[in-house]
Amino acid sequence: MIFEDFNPSEDKILRIIDNDGRVIRPDLFPEISDNTIIEAYKAMLYERVADGMAISYQRQGRMFTYPSNKGQEAIHIAAGMLIRENDWLVPAFRELGVMLAKGVTMKDIFLFFNGNEQGSNFKNAPRVLPINVPIASQFPHAVGIGYSMKYRKEDDIVFTFIGDGGTSEGDFSEALNFAGVWQVPVIFTIQNNQYAISVPVHTQTNSVNLAVKSVAFGIPGIKADGNDFFAMYLVYRKALEHVTSGKGPVLIEAFTYRSEAHTTSDDPTKYRLKDEETKWGLADPMLRLKKYMEHKGIWKLNEDELIKKYKEEVDKQFLEAENFAPYPLSDVFDHLYAEMPDDLKRQKEEYEQFLEWKGGVK
Amino acid sequence: MTMVQAINNALDIKLAEDNSVVVYGEDVGVVGGVFRVTDGLQKKYGAERVFDSPLAESAIAGTALGMALSGLRPVVEMQFDGFSYPAFNQIVSNISRMRNRSRGRFSAPLVIRFPYGGGINALEHHSDSPEAFYAHIPGLKVVAPSTPHDAKGLLIAAIESKDPVIFMEPKRIYRAIKQEVSTDKFSIPIGKAKVLTQGTDVTVVAFGAMIRECQRAMVKTKEAGISVELIDLRTIYPIDKETIKQSIQKTGRLVVVAEAQRSFSVGSELIAIANEEAFLHLEAPPKRVMGFDTVIPLAQGEKYFMITPERIFYEIERTVKF
Repeated sequence: MIFEDFNPSEDKILRIIDNDGRVIRPDLFPEISDNTIIEAYKAMLYERVADGMAISYQRQGRMFTYPSNKGQEAIHIAAGMLIRENDWLVPAFRELGVMLAKGVTMKDIFLFFNGNEQGSNFKNAPRVLPINVPIASQFPHAVGIGYSMKYRKEDDIVFTFIGDGGTSEGDFSEALNFAGVWQVPVIFTIQNNQYAISVPVHTQTNSVNLAVKSVAFGIPGIKADGNDFFAMYLVYRKALEHVTSGKGPVLIEAFTYRSEAHTTSDDPTKYRLKDEETKWGLADPMLRLKKYMEHKGIWKLNEDELIKKYKEEVDKQFLEAENFAPYPLSDVFDHLYAEMPDDLKRQKEEYEQFLEWKGGVK
Repeated sequence: MTMVQAINNALDIKLAEDNSVVVYGEDVGVVGGVFRVTDGLQKKYGAERVFDSPLAESAIAGTALGMALSGLRPVVEMQFDGFSYPAFNQIVSNISRMRNRSRGRFSAPLVIRFPYGGGINALEHHSDSPEAFYAHIPGLKVVAPSTPHDAKGLLIAAIESKDPVIFMEPKRIYRAIKQEVSTDKFSIPIGKAKVLTQGTDVTVVAFGAMIRECQRAMVKTKEAGISVELIDLRTIYPIDKETIKQSIQKTGRLVVVAEAQRSFSVGSELIAIANEEAFLHLEAPPKRVMGFDTVIPLAQGEKYFMITPERIFYEIERTVKF
């Protein structure tokens, strides 16, 4: 069992392929068809293309601040391939690939990051919570949903995500403690991408790693190479088996690297060295998977053509978001309560009178 | 200087002259804060005095209290208005109460700074104006400057205050206003409002980023022949009743301009002051030109929520014509 074999107290890391795409742990290689591997690569490529385009739209002044996902796709796609239709996703804000796998569209994502709450109204993803900005505060929600699933005797489970910085918040520890006590069906993933904006992990914690935090709460934890698709695929499969068999929650530390800035408002040259970025660049999850596929002789994708196709698809989604109906005044008021209090109605009416006075919205 | 530079200069002066001052928070050290307010200070004063903390607002506030109880003068940063909420428990349950709880044996001379307010097309929890939460808590002082000069003088006073101060920085004008500010040490007393423009028809009270919007509106009120007395509150609590009272007694009219949700707000408090202190002088119902009682919308909806000079003019004119 991997949770025993990779005891986080000993700072072991689960890794199946190396940076050169060679299998270093054939004994752990997950059962996975070549076709699924190809699909995984394509999904990672789609995420990377979409993410890169989001950044370029932002730079063109067509979108507001956006947080990059680059370098963390193996985690997202492995989770995305294994999360089931009725499982819940409780995201933070850097899980693009998982959200897409659950049915969230790039149009939703673009709308949201272009400053429209309608981008959180996921029409095709009923069991995905909105992007959660206050760090770590989503973790207790995941535990509550887990309790609900257990109480209602549903087989569905919860996937939730947090960053390395988030593990310092009280909500992180409080949620894990509850999860342990209640034995809820939740897979917690820490995406340890080494930085909370500018603050490196060693400033964040004195723990030997982040997975070890599971020990105190009496739940299984494992540190895995978040840039190794096969490691992440195995971990999620094992976690899913564990959680769905009623054995309670699991904490996964996906050890990875944020290849880009924290968001488009951030400048990482102020706090990290080029050498470090170059070193992590060699461990890029897509590069590694591609090398694996080449070694195995299953690399047949025409990547340039795929990129072109994905760009067209993403651009179409972006244009739909960009041409979305202008934000109506009613959107400010309509979704606050099930029934709008009278005073709010009055505030809206008064504002409409003002708009009339000034001759409409500018 | 911009407001960012003025606040940096105030911190620099206090760090230089008082060894007990320490500055910390998320991203405050190495990069000097996400708005670069603490830029260069770690280099100058070392990582023992200016540093990055782990990401935990409650612990930032709670540890600041511990430091303040034992002889230090912490100045901590909450990265955004909406991220001060995890620290709320420490602020309302302990920081504000320690002097009273210990019957004066302990005090909490600390400053919690954060950027506040909307108008920068930000994500959720990055545009709030939470002054009413903090002004409602007994034992705290709440300050919100409107210019680089005031930010510097008030921050120095805040750091020297014997009691905890919530220092709200209008992020929207962090770099929008440039002003001559002396690099010498000076302070501006907490608890005193400032009459920026004398007038006779209507008292307009605002603070922070809304002062500039009021001044823009006053170009139009002037054209319309309305004489506005503009008061910059500067300190939200302790509120300067005397200045407000005298002005309303003179003009007979009150318009409050603020970004926050209007109900149970600073605006509500100012109207209470008008009623309690100047009731017989009132010639029109006092007016709040403030945010709706809604969540501040994301960027595309902000145009409705944010208070514009046009809306200020509209409400002033209606109040004067009442």
